[in-house]
Amino acid sequence: MRYLPLDATDRAQMLTRIGAADIDALFADIPAAKRLTQPLDLPDGKGEIEVERRLSRLAGRNVAAGSVPFFLGAGAYRHHVPATVDHLIQRSEFLTSYTPYQPEIAQGTLQVLFEFQTQVAALTGLEVANASMYDGSTACSEAILMAHRLTRRRKAVLSGGLHPQYSDVAETLGAMARDAVVRLPLDPPAGEDIVAAIDDETSCVVVQSPDFFGNLRDLKPIAAAAHAKGALLIAVFAEAVSLGAVRSPGEMDADIAVGEGQSIGNALNFGGPYVGLFATRLKNVRQMPGRLAGETVDADGRRSFVLTLSTREQHIRREKATSNICTNSGLCALAFSIHLTLLGEAGLRRLAALNHAAAVDLAGRLAAIPGVTVLNDAFFNEFTIRTPRAAAGLVDELAERGVIGGLPVSRLAPDAGLDDLIVVAATETSTPDDRRTYAETLAQLLSTGARR
Amino acid sequence: MNNQGRPTRPNAGEAPRRGTFTGNRALDIEEALIFETGRADATGVDLEAPAPFVAKLGAHARESAIGLPGLTEPEAVRHYVRLSRNNYAIDAGLYPLGSCTMKHNPRLNEKMARLPGFADLHPLQPLSTVQGALELIDGLATALLTLTGMRAVAMSPKAGAHGELCGMMTIKAALAARGEDKTRTVVLVPDSAHGTNPATAALIGLSVRAVAAEPDGVVSVEAVKAALASDVAAIMLTNPNTCGLFERNIVEIADAVHAAGAYFYCDGANFNAVMGKTRPGDLGVDAMHINLHKTFSTPHGGGGPGAGPVVLSERLAPFAPVPSIVRTNDALSLAEHRDGGQAFGRMSAFHGQMGMFVRAFSYILSHGGDGLKQASEDAVLAANYVRASLSDLMSAPFGDRPCMHEALFDDRWLKDTGLSTLDFAKAMIDEGYHPMTVYFPLVVHGAMLIEPTESESKASLDLFIMTLRDLAMSALGGERERFAAAPIHAPRRRLDETRAARQPVLRWVKPAPA
Repeated sequence: MRYLPLDATDRAQMLTRIGAADIDALFADIPAAKRLTQPLDLPDGKGEIEVERRLSRLAGRNVAAGSVPFFLGAGAYRHHVPATVDHLIQRSEFLTSYTPYQPEIAQGTLQVLFEFQTQVAALTGLEVANASMYDGSTACSEAILMAHRLTRRRKAVLSGGLHPQYSDVAETLGAMARDAVVRLPLDPPAGEDIVAAIDDETSCVVVQSPDFFGNLRDLKPIAAAAHAKGALLIAVFAEAVSLGAVRSPGEMDADIAVGEGQSIGNALNFGGPYVGLFATRLKNVRQMPGRLAGETVDADGRRSFVLTLSTREQHIRREKATSNICTNSGLCALAFSIHLTLLGEAGLRRLAALNHAAAVDLAGRLAAIPGVTVLNDAFFNEFTIRTPRAAAGLVDELAERGVIGGLPVSRLAPDAGLDDLIVVAATETSTPDDRRTYAETLAQLLSTGARR
Repeated sequence: MNNQGRPTRPNAGEAPRRGTFTGNRALDIEEALIFETGRADATGVDLEAPAPFVAKLGAHARESAIGLPGLTEPEAVRHYVRLSRNNYAIDAGLYPLGSCTMKHNPRLNEKMARLPGFADLHPLQPLSTVQGALELIDGLATALLTLTGMRAVAMSPKAGAHGELCGMMTIKAALAARGEDKTRTVVLVPDSAHGTNPATAALIGLSVRAVAAEPDGVVSVEAVKAALASDVAAIMLTNPNTCGLFERNIVEIADAVHAAGAYFYCDGANFNAVMGKTRPGDLGVDAMHINLHKTFSTPHGGGGPGAGPVVLSERLAPFAPVPSIVRTNDALSLAEHRDGGQAFGRMSAFHGQMGMFVRAFSYILSHGGDGLKQASEDAVLAANYVRASLSDLMSAPFGDRPCMHEALFDDRWLKDTGLSTLDFAKAMIDEGYHPMTVYFPLVVHGAMLIEPTESESKASLDLFIMTLRDLAMSALGGERERFAAAPIHAPRRRLDETRAARQPVLRWVKPAPA
């Protein structure tokens, strides 16, 4: 087996040194009746050629997003990732190192994390960010728990514009921890009165912008109302590129900002691994979950970086820790940081402008189709259309014609009575031809009438 | 001198270590922060400006600067390459971090995960366009069930701790279905457990009752029985445990736990030691997470990403969270909603760590059943080889018994040297090794937990052993200076961690003008 350096002679010599008669002597603590005597019912090992053939065949049965006009977002976005990013994250020293527990020989990872934290803090307009969470949805739930600790209250109010699966995750954890979760109905027009839902027991309100339907929301009045009741505002974003074009959570007085960082530096990967972003105000830092890299000096007085404030963490505090998180999304955070460094302020703003332009163009084309309406007033690179036919069927028919046209809301919220809505995203990776093809194909489908 | 007169050793009259103009030392190059070298108008990505259009951002457009530096591509490449050279890595040397399983990361797996048919796939595409992806997840799930002898698997957890949470939520859901979730609120956790175990229990309102291990390092049935009561929801037991020992009373413990109406959660972080040797399902385990980034070698990436699928027993299977893969006729689909079933809810958006699934599946296909068993055997052999080769100098807390995949030492042997486990670890750095896991498990004083893995050749193990023996003899011989200042050859010497915690600087801030 090509990954195993020991041969039979080595093994025999090693057993002799150990003083064991055979390898099974080392497994003697396994109760005899429970030792496997049969070989595992798995195929024999294979060389690279065969493994590659088999996996390529599986990969070939999928429609890669880049091979078709592609307009799906809803929490994961297809952006161009510069070749440099993927090259650099495959440097052995980044890819095959562990969490930087020995800082003298991990300054590479630690400086990257310090830079990442600073970038995330800048992007969100907040003071301090951690070294990453698993993804946006779990970061959101962790933010709710943190708000509960800070306010000593245990009720979260979730906006109807929050990604339904983020709400599902928060609701699951809330039910298990017996914390109250008030989930407002899905709110495509962004018309909900969330302020009315805040009471004296509310620990936090959780509001996403751009929201699940693509609407940009003004969080400032919500923050003011929450603060007046002693509650916190958790601002959520699922599309990090939007922060290059719209006001940051910090500017809108959010106490905690959490989001999905996938869209900068990371591929779609069928849903993971992604990278959760988590930022807050400095005064809250000791209730923050996750790892933090901090600056210090070494014995020679040189600037150095080290994991710090770990008395919040599970390996020190055990059941009193702020979270159970250990392994997080280090390499995805590195990809995020490299891409953002390559973009810089100017590049991110231009990327954001290109996204917005593509979405405005597509929204115009789709709105021109008889029977189709665009619901959003203000949006970034994603918006929602109402169609005259059931959205799920339409999206399937579009796929049959080689267009991935967006997300039928009914897929994530089958019981919401929103069967005629499609959430549509357009990024810089779409061409004018792609957008024209989408509009023409949708128009054709609708003009031929209901097929089912 | 060799026979051509070329010096083969450094000049005996050693050059004094001199400062350099740059502060660099040959390949060891100091690197500034991107905030110190980058510019707001510099970019390494050429994007054309969009054609003029009417924006629809409403009143939400950003008006203030973000404060992000940019670098051109050559500057960025150099920045990150220079930083990377300050990291130790498994690709560069033996990385014996116990409990972390730093085994070789095959590059084939990286290549496979980057196939556009996997990497460039959106989680919410129509199911007809992702059949190969679902097939892969299903194939990996089947392999995990075969390896563990369990009934069902929840694939969505994103790392080990997330898997623990998933498993404990499943148990809580099963208790709720029996009407016992409000009365059974205690989890038994041995003192040697990973910190994630008690932290996980606390997250969902369960309290922890400690169970002490016996002097021989494993938990006894009697200790478990003494702690079991009608308020116990589950036991969380790591097997093989964090002392590197197989919990040999595990079957009786499982029976006792079940007889008391509780469930058996197994922390599977060390499953890499027993593949093909025994199956958790046969041992009475109800739920166990598998760290794909340990057992199946998806790279650790400097702190993730990982993946922590949870295998479940027949009793817990109905309560697994969404999503799950459903096979209907010839097609695969996803159950994404509870639809009135017993699924307890959802762990995260989408369907789990697909990128890690591809790598792990590639690893499993490459090894095959025999190869996985051989990997476990070689890992255990290597650990015992290290243990047996050092035990005359260093003290092992549980005597000469064989270990599983990691060899544990304590600091009794350093008692009269005035040196600590940390000193010993830092001196290893100067010798070109990443230290072992230190001060964990907590139940062993000054613990040194060595996990060599199956990836090391005998020559590599021998040099490692000789190095540790040399260090140990130095320590015992009173050569304090070799340890007290260590490391002296690393990119940094020891750090002031107290200052980092007392005066936290957690982000770069533009210095005030002088």
